[in-house]
Amino acid sequence: MHEETVYDALTAAHGDDARWAFGTGFDDPLAGVDTTVPEGVHPADLGAYCLMLGDDALVLSQRLTEWVTRGPELEEEVALANIGLDLLGQARLLLARAASVGALGRSRGRATASIPDEDALAYFRDPDEFRCTGLVAAPGGDFGRTVVRLLVASTWRLALFVRLRDSRDPVLAAVAAKGVAELTYHREHAARWVLRLGDGTPRSHRRAQAGADGVWPLLADAFTATDVERRLTSAGVAVHPGELRQEVEGVLVHVLEQATLAVPPWPEDTAPSGREGQQGPELVALLRTLQSLAREHPAGTW
Amino acid sequence: MNDPPLQRPGAGTRSRPADPRTVAETVTDPELPQLTLADLGVLRDVRTEGTGTVVVEITPTYSGCPAMGVMRADLVHSLHEAGFDEVDVRTVLAPAWSTDWITEEGRRKLAEAGIAPPGPAPVRSAGPVPLDLGTTRRAASCPLCGSEDTEQLSEFGATACKALRRCRDCREPFEHVKEI
Repeated sequence: MHEETVYDALTAAHGDDARWAFGTGFDDPLAGVDTTVPEGVHPADLGAYCLMLGDDALVLSQRLTEWVTRGPELEEEVALANIGLDLLGQARLLLARAASVGALGRSRGRATASIPDEDALAYFRDPDEFRCTGLVAAPGGDFGRTVVRLLVASTWRLALFVRLRDSRDPVLAAVAAKGVAELTYHREHAARWVLRLGDGTPRSHRRAQAGADGVWPLLADAFTATDVERRLTSAGVAVHPGELRQEVEGVLVHVLEQATLAVPPWPEDTAPSGREGQQGPELVALLRTLQSLAREHPAGTW
Repeated sequence: MNDPPLQRPGAGTRSRPADPRTVAETVTDPELPQLTLADLGVLRDVRTEGTGTVVVEITPTYSGCPAMGVMRADLVHSLHEAGFDEVDVRTVLAPAWSTDWITEEGRRKLAEAGIAPPGPAPVRSAGPVPLDLGTTRRAASCPLCGSEDTEQLSEFGATACKALRRCRDCREPFEHVKEI
């Protein structure tokens, strides 16, 4: 019979296979997964694209977990942390995929050899090596802004992942197929909060509207395609973000109207910035927190 | 702390290995120890390859499920204890896990443990996912008193796979494995 509780299981003698759960020392998350690069696809492009999507998830996950101990209610902290955990799992797979096609760059040399590749990417890249959009890098702001940003980011990502299920890259297709179910929950959670706040009290309405007004300009960076995304879209691996616009805008307008919020104007197209590594002080500050433990204790295990 | 180490499945049978599938099927989930990985539908395949390497295929429930590393270690450990020296645990990402893969036996054990088992998972079509803004969209009967009159307290519970509900009849809170 197995141990009665998870704690017993963790502390039970494991002989040579000893490990402490939920800490360092996880195996390759892609162990046993077919990581062949599809024919005609440049590995550097695939790596860059996986960094874009992995970094979006990693950084938004960090933004959401910033609410733990600061949320309006305990259940909401658990909810945002759970959503962050799903995103962290997606990030882990995507960064591992990026590493598997040679996207480690300088991070591998900076990290201790025992640190897994995806952790080297997360903890030992500098801000200008990150490829997330300004949509996720921006601070969470107040709770009204946080739920609007989560609505926008999860709507964008869900629309993308629905299409990426048909990617010619088997890893991207599998990560996307798995992520669709998770992102559906995230989007609904955020949409219900936007509805509740927008159609709530004058104060909650005002703050939700301020959140929308603050988040909408960030849409530009998420919908601007880089050359990598264009090439990979032609190769049947990626999805041009412009293809998502109609669906995303339809969902966002529907939710905001239901929430009695004014839909801010869609921003003008801009040149890619976050996707090209042009990051602002907000991401620098976020990474300083996210990376501090790993950089202070580069060989640490727990 | 002075208790002797607990016996693992298959311990002491090093001289005569059992069927590796039987051993792997006894390994339980670290967060739902009432259920085996087989009950959860996480154990996809167990086979012997080449010169006797036992290949085990598992699939994550949620992308961020932190229990995967422990599952992997528990599988390796149990199979080592049963006399299988070469064990290769592989991750299978596709097709993605769904709660529909939890077996009938698994659902019975969940209910016995006071956790409401999931209903049928939502059907996923090829196109865009429709947005559901309704407030109640799933039902679960109380695993303690059987009442159908229950309400959701929180969409997200103590683990990624569970929501928190309360029975309006017996007033007890309970967990519900979310359909995914």
